Amino acid sequence: MPLTPVLTKRFGTNQPWKIANYEALDGYTALRVALTQNPDSLIETVRNSNLRGRGGAGFPTGMKWAFIPQAKPGEPVKPHYVVVNADEGEPGTCRDLPLMMNDPHSMIEGIIIACYAVRAEHAFIYIRGEAVHAIRRVLAAVGEAYERGYVGRNILGSGFDCEITVHCGAGAYICGEETALLDSLEGKRGQPRLKPPFPATNGLYDAPTVVNNVGSLASVPYIVLGGSDWFKLMGPEGSPGPCIYSLSGRIVRPGQYEAPMGTTLRQLIDMAGGMSRGKPLKFWTPGGSSTPLFTAEHLDVPLDFDSTVKAGSMLGTSAMMIFDEGDSVVRAVLKWTQFYEHESCGKCTPCREGTYWLAQILERILHGGGTEEDLDTLLDASDNILGRSFCALGDGAASPVMSSIQYFRNEYLDLIAGTAAPTDETPVLAGAH
Amino acid sequence: MTETRPANFRTSVMNIDRPGDPTIFGDDVRAAAAEIIARYPAGQARSALLPMLHLMQSEQGYITPDGIAFCAEMFDLTKAQVAAVVTFYTMFKRSPTGEFLVSVCRNPLCGLLGGDDIYAALSEALGIGMNETTADGTITLEHAECLAACDYAPVVTVNYEFFDNQTVGSAMALVASLRAGERPTPTRGAPLCSFREIERLIAGFPDPRADALEWEATGAPTEAGVRLALERDESAPSYANRAENTLAPPGTEALGQPTSAHDAPLTTSASDSENPAPPPGQKEG
Repeated sequence: MPLTPVLTKRFGTNQPWKIANYEALDGYTALRVALTQNPDSLIETVRNSNLRGRGGAGFPTGMKWAFIPQAKPGEPVKPHYVVVNADEGEPGTCRDLPLMMNDPHSMIEGIIIACYAVRAEHAFIYIRGEAVHAIRRVLAAVGEAYERGYVGRNILGSGFDCEITVHCGAGAYICGEETALLDSLEGKRGQPRLKPPFPATNGLYDAPTVVNNVGSLASVPYIVLGGSDWFKLMGPEGSPGPCIYSLSGRIVRPGQYEAPMGTTLRQLIDMAGGMSRGKPLKFWTPGGSSTPLFTAEHLDVPLDFDSTVKAGSMLGTSAMMIFDEGDSVVRAVLKWTQFYEHESCGKCTPCREGTYWLAQILERILHGGGTEEDLDTLLDASDNILGRSFCALGDGAASPVMSSIQYFRNEYLDLIAGTAAPTDETPVLAGAH
Repeated sequence: MTETRPANFRTSVMNIDRPGDPTIFGDDVRAAAAEIIARYPAGQARSALLPMLHLMQSEQGYITPDGIAFCAEMFDLTKAQVAAVVTFYTMFKRSPTGEFLVSVCRNPLCGLLGGDDIYAALSEALGIGMNETTADGTITLEHAECLAACDYAPVVTVNYEFFDNQTVGSAMALVASLRAGERPTPTRGAPLCSFREIERLIAGFPDPRADALEWEATGAPTEAGVRLALERDESAPSYANRAENTLAPPGTEALGQPTSAHDAPLTTSASDSENPAPPPGQKEG
């Protein structure tokens, strides 16, 4: 599988975050094309491209756009909104922030096209509060886009008006969940809402709202320029396009590798120069910590939305955290569980209480005080979180626990029996928080 | 450093020991507050609460009873309603923050690659634990959740600016240098400013420094894929001149049919001496 830089193609060029440099490299040409189109045909183009949301769930972007109810001529028009989910924080995921740091205008161009297509006149970029390096560039880029007439009133003389507001979060992983994000954007505690109704009809300020990930929107200008068939030249038909794979951990050259959907980890590790410590691969995440772990037996699974599900996990945010035989899976799972415990919004009992107890049991096992019964308790508690929580955070919390027991039960048993082989790291005995 | 195990963070309570005085904020703060509210649609002022709380932190270094009272007045909320929002978010600090907030990622990827050891070493050297501040008011320490820079693991941030690929030794030197009154240059992003100054950016006010955008945005990991594509002479299929497939419904002509020469992989600054990367940032690789 070759590398296919599309979203990342400007990385490393001369200050691509500045508008003049972006314009010199095709920037805002797609917007000019889009503004001559019928909005419905733009939605159709994105729908036909089979672009699936890059934020984790893989929901078709064009379908989301098509769900926005459009008023018939003469009917009163309700405001529509486009909200960009730039609250990147899924463990292992490091793709949207570099994109916004390097090439913020491709996202902005995608936002305006999306607004024009769904007939929204105000977009909000909800960007993670800690991401000051990206905030700085996005704020400046939005300012430049206003100055050049790509955002604001009567964009490029088309008669279309659109405002963009940059809104920074304040430290809450749950706000990456789209309805929690909307509540947070309304100035409330960022807790998820009951669905249905979905944001497409009752989103921001109870109005029809599209919530899209940064990468999904940044893909749109290229789809407008190349057409939906071009996009499908890369990757499988049902899950096509270039995918930014974020590789981290025990490999020689961690980083962002943009290749067609369906690339395998074996190919990606080869691109990244192999394993860094000469030890064999042990476990990895195909899409951040919320997706069930994979092992060496999954090296040849095509990494696209459908094939990963078939193999028992999910593509999630295409963030591969790679660990080798020197790493303790129980320690990694404990730390992920502590993360979910800390980030649980507290709204529903299975997640709030479940993550709290999972972390304590895992801590006990890791430090030599576990019993075999603990494994049953872990699985039982996970089973009561998975599918029974208010939102997907709970499912994410159960995934590493259940998948690690599935693939590494013996490692847990060895720790419980006190016969575990030492790992490279001495567990740090600091408390959870 | 022993740390007690709290109940669920997001449902913890905040101890407000005095009523708070919203009148301590001057006209400049009120003007900034009005500017924040104007970013949102008419009638939706409450959307401005998070940036407003960041503005309060930029004024006072943490969320004080005064800041809560000010926000309550601005949005016609009760102080309890404002505090309920404050306690949900980790970036809203409930005790005075030092000039530099040092955050160590201890999520599994950074943690196993050295973040746990770095946090333990800094905590011991500084004599402070989670969300505590050194007596001289220089440094507040915290361990952070995933900072979305796993390809640079392990990372430490200072006022949220990245110091990549840290070791115990480099992190100790970083902290020592901060305590000595120096401002070491982050690996990517922009030069350090104070905690209060960075909170103003997070409140949505552009960085006022003239050279804020001149600093390098990337290091080797961010560019790893594009560099390799150039090396291997690999690229995505060209999107130029394909638009007729789906665009331009019958009878309409596209305004600006693109004539792209730029959809092949671009020459990176690393391999193109005629287009060097800008000098000021510390660029790796």
